[in-house]
This record gives sequence, structure tokens and C-alpha cells, in this order.
Amino acid sequence: MHTLTAYIEGIGLLGPGLTDWLTSQAVLSGQQPYQPHKTVLPSPALLPAAERRRSCAIVKLTLATGLEAIAAAGLDAASLPSVFSASGGDGENCHIICEMLASDDRQISPTRFHNSVHNVAAGYWSIATGAMTTSSVLSAFDASFGAGLLEALTQVVVDDTRTVLLACDTAYPEPLYSARPIPDAFGIALVLAPQRSAQALAQISVSLTDASADQLDDAALESLRIAIPAARGLPLLRGIALRQDKHVVLDYLDSTRLAVAIAPC
Amino acid sequence: MAYLSLNPLWLSHFTATSSIGRGLDQTLAALRQRRPGLVPCAFDTVDLATFIGEVAGVDAVQLPAHLADFDCRNNRLALLGLTQDGFAEAVRVAIAKYSAQRIGVFLGTSTSGILQTELAYRRRDPVTGALPADFIYRTTHNTFSVADFTRHYFGLTGPAVVVSSACSSSAKVFGSARRMMAAGLIDAAVVGGVDSLCLTTLYGFNSLGLISEHACRPFDAQRDGISIGEAAAFALLERTPEHLDADAVLLLGIGESSDAYHMSSPHPDGLGACMAMQDALKMAGLKSPEIGYIHLHGTATQSNDATEAKAVQTVFGSSTPCSSTKGATGHTLGAAGGVGAVICALGLRHGLLPAGLNTRQLDPTLDLDYLLDNREQPVTRMLSNSFGFGGTNCSLVFARAD
Repeated sequence: MHTLTAYIEGIGLLGPGLTDWLTSQAVLSGQQPYQPHKTVLPSPALLPAAERRRSCAIVKLTLATGLEAIAAAGLDAASLPSVFSASGGDGENCHIICEMLASDDRQISPTRFHNSVHNVAAGYWSIATGAMTTSSVLSAFDASFGAGLLEALTQVVVDDTRTVLLACDTAYPEPLYSARPIPDAFGIALVLAPQRSAQALAQISVSLTDASADQLDDAALESLRIAIPAARGLPLLRGIALRQDKHVVLDYLDSTRLAVAIAPC
Repeated sequence: MAYLSLNPLWLSHFTATSSIGRGLDQTLAALRQRRPGLVPCAFDTVDLATFIGEVAGVDAVQLPAHLADFDCRNNRLALLGLTQDGFAEAVRVAIAKYSAQRIGVFLGTSTSGILQTELAYRRRDPVTGALPADFIYRTTHNTFSVADFTRHYFGLTGPAVVVSSACSSSAKVFGSARRMMAAGLIDAAVVGGVDSLCLTTLYGFNSLGLISEHACRPFDAQRDGISIGEAAAFALLERTPEHLDADAVLLLGIGESSDAYHMSSPHPDGLGACMAMQDALKMAGLKSPEIGYIHLHGTATQSNDATEAKAVQTVFGSSTPCSSTKGATGHTLGAAGGVGAVICALGLRHGLLPAGLNTRQLDPTLDLDYLLDNREQPVTRMLSNSFGFGGTNCSLVFARAD
């Protein structure tokens, strides 16, 4: 059984009722009640004015979570390779394009079009941070968090580099919502490193398993985990928030899940 | 542990289906005969004056009954591609050799089956606005659907993912597969790319003023935009065995970078493109004169070709033979990296440096050895470029085993 080991040096978190990693730890570890409310996406201050105006929800979400994680790790975003994993592109933007293409006026705007690519968040991220490093931009439907974590771990282990994982999903409006019911924006960012450093929060060792994915005890958090693909990473964050040796199983593909051994640093 | 150089990976099988042909024989014949696949656009209800590279017979492809939920143009094209050149049989042999858990699926696409959603939006309920009941998002439109279809088609249970970084997608899959193999999680990988015609890309590129009214003319002084194509290209990657045929094709190097410049324009000096080419050469352990041919991204927009030419000059100078095959296939977007890989593999195997088509007068400001005629000559190493929206760059180095 192959195990991939890395050190988590920084965490970013933003979602319904979870405003950042610092304040969410008490909620995830059960010390404070979880009170869901709609995700508030901050304006992306780091982007030049023109790009800021054009940016869509997934851009704001990845910038918020990614920069939180990198600041916590005390690193320069420009130096880090990245892995973006999302179930799909920006839902609102996709809806408007499909609506226009079904109408008599198919002249979609250039901004609509470039915001439709799955790598829109990665593109804006590199513009905002100046990172000329490699960026892997992935989708695996509901398995997107697991796929992103695996890709990031292979970068860390094989290429012996730090990397930042940005797992994010945004809401889908009707009528797409009925076909893909993602209710709100949610993102997790992790800075992963090959060696233990002073800022390391936890060591994780990940392998493939056919065991079932862990569920969360809190019913509202569990429905969040199920509703948004990126939230399938919440049992990992809960394990880290508990600050004790812990084994968790994260959801991945229908045939395969990820077994994660967490050891606090 | 740092693997600074790549243990070469073997493309044990490969195949491509595009507007110039179904499978390798037709593709090679079209390249040798300089036969383009671009025709005036008559796709669906599209009212744009442009040329497209449409694959013949996609509508007639039938998915197996148990995979009916995956039915859409993109997955039909995927199946058409997978069943050429004995590729599907080769995957089944690999499953018997390595097991279904030890083979990964890494496919690139930009728009996946979005055409299905575009069509569904024409059939919304006039009262509620709801999409039709037969519309299935997960297995058609969703970006992952082509990889999910492929793993279900073969019964593969190992890691699977779609890389969707616009037009670099199916070059970058080689990088993800390499890392997963080097990490020991898998023994082999089905890699490639599938992208199919849809209204989003045709009207989207039109909105940017990047669509040519002609069959696209890469590196021509009068070039005026892209022709959109569709394609399915696949390779089966395995670790290099001790004994290989002389004409076996190996992946020696991968370079990946980001421009950090603009969403839909390349870095004016081609800085990101330079980094990708240099990193691919470094991983391959090669100097630029050791590359015999460069398969250019060469989309035929003013800025892309000018930028790529600058970057190639910086890394290679002006004497390495190069061309873009997009005048033949059109720009197959998320499948372009995979098509480029297969054209390089064919070129290495058969000693063909393919000419660029449609180019009448080379842009005199782009000082490259751009091929306007085929060269039939032995060649041992090739580099293929793929660049995309969002400033994403990927270069691949391929070589003959001898």
C-alpha cells in the first residue's frame, strides 16, 4: 500500500457559516455550535481594477481561501505551484451563457467567455499573485476534493516542492440547480510541504482505501459535506482541529476513498 | 526524494481521431498528402462565417446501453477515438497485466459535454423555466464526464481526473500521470484529450474577435484567427521496459508554467512559454539543438503566433524545423495537446516532419524555420507546445527509443 506523506503548513476555509480557519476550528471540533449562513465572498483586493471588475465568484473564493492559507504558512504565493480542483466552472456565468445561446442574440461578451473556462480561477490567481509556477486545474465531479488532494500530494512527494491546493465550488442558479444542486460557495485551501518546518500544523499520510467515507456528527455540517464537493474535505479539517492523532476516510471516487492518518505537529 | 529528471515513460499505444482522420493510418495519410480537415461551418444552428474541423460520423456513434446516461457529443467522440487502432484492446490487456485499480485515467477537455446543456436550454419549460427531464448534468455536461465515461467503459477503479486548463489541458495530463506513476499509486495511465464542437466556444472565440473567416493560416503574414476543431486523442503510458522496439515512442520531458499576465492574451515576450520549453528540455536532459522538430501551438491568431515565435527563438534560435498542424485539424482546444502528442509520435515513428497548411506567405517578422512542405527524414526527438487561456503553458518532449 503506497502512502503519500506531507505536512500541512497553512489552511484557508470559507463557506456557509465558516468564515475562516481560525474561527472555524472551534466549530469543527464541536466546542461551538455550527450556525450556517450564506457565504460572503470578499472583494479580491489583490487584483488590478480591471480584473477585479470582471472576476466571478470562484475567483473571489479561491483568492480568499488561498491567500489565507499562504499567509498562515508565512510564504510568498508567487513561489508556490498550485492545484485548483472544482466540480465545475462558475455556475452563474454558465447559466447566462447558455441562456444567451438559446436566445436570438448569441453575442456573449468576451468577459463572459473567458470567465467560462474551468481554469478561470487559476488564471486570475496567477495574475493576482504573480505566480509563474505550474498550476494543475482539475475536475472530478463529487470526487474533486480527493482528486485535488492526490494531485497536490504527488507534486509534494515526487517533485519535492511545497504546493497550495485550492478546492472550491460555487453555487448553481436555477434551472441548473435542479440538475446540479450546489447551494452555496465553499472552499478549502491547504499549503502542503514535503518536510516538517516550524509552521507545520499536522503531518498527513494518505493512501487509497475501499473503506467508506467518514461522516460528520453534526447534522448541518454533514449536509454541507454532502451538498458541496469541496466540503468532502471537512473531516480532514475536523481531524486537524481536534489536535490529536486521528485516522479519517475522505470521500473520493465511487470505487476508491482516501485514508488519511493525521498527526499534529 | 526528488525526481529532478523524468524516468522516460513509454507511449505503448496511442491513437487520434480528428477532422483529418479516424485513427493513425488516416491521420498519417492526411498529413503526408497535406489534406486539411477544415470546411465552412454548418454545425448545428451556428450562423458564423468560419471554418471548422468537424469529425465525421460522431452523431452515429452509439454508447453501450449500460452507459446510456453518458450520451452526448463529447463522449461519443471519446468512444469513437478509443475504439481506433486497437487502443481499447490495449487497455484491456493492461488491465489484465496491472489490474483495474493500478491504471489511472487523466483526460483533458475544455468544454466536455456542454453542448448537451446548450441544447437543453432550448427546451426549457415555458412556464417554470425548468430543463427537460431527460437532461442529465453529471454524465454529460460536467467537466469530469469524459474521464468518468472512460473509466466506466473499461471498468477502471484507480485514480481518475479531468484536467481542464483550456487549451493546455491534454498536454498537462501527461504531467499529472507522470507524478501519479512516480508516486507509485499506479502502474499505467490512460491519458489524452477529448473536446467537441459546441456553441460556447464558437460564439465565445467570435466575441473575442479571434475566429477566422478562412481556414486558419498559422504564421502567415495575413493570419486572422483560429478555426475551431474537435478531436479525441489517447495514449497508454507505461514505465519503460528493458527492451523496446527501435521505433517505440518515449516521453522524456514535461515543462509547465503560468504567464501571470492576462486571461485571454499571452505574455507579450512569451516568458511563460519559454519557461515551459526550457523546463521540458531540462527534465529530458537535452539541449535545444538536440530537438529535431517543434510541433507549435500555432493557433493563427496575431498575438499567439508572434508570442510563440519569440519564445521559440529565445530557447531554440531560428534553425529548428517547426510547424503548426492547426491548419489541418483546426484548433481542437482541450484535445490539442493530445493531438500534438500523437502527431509527434507518428512523426518519430515514420520520419515525418509535417508541413503547416494554408500558410501562403510566412510572416517575415517571425524568424523561424517554419515548414511549408513535408520533410520525410529520420528524426529522433520532438517537442510539442500547448498554451491556453489563463496563461497556462505546457511543453512535452518525445523521442524514439533508439
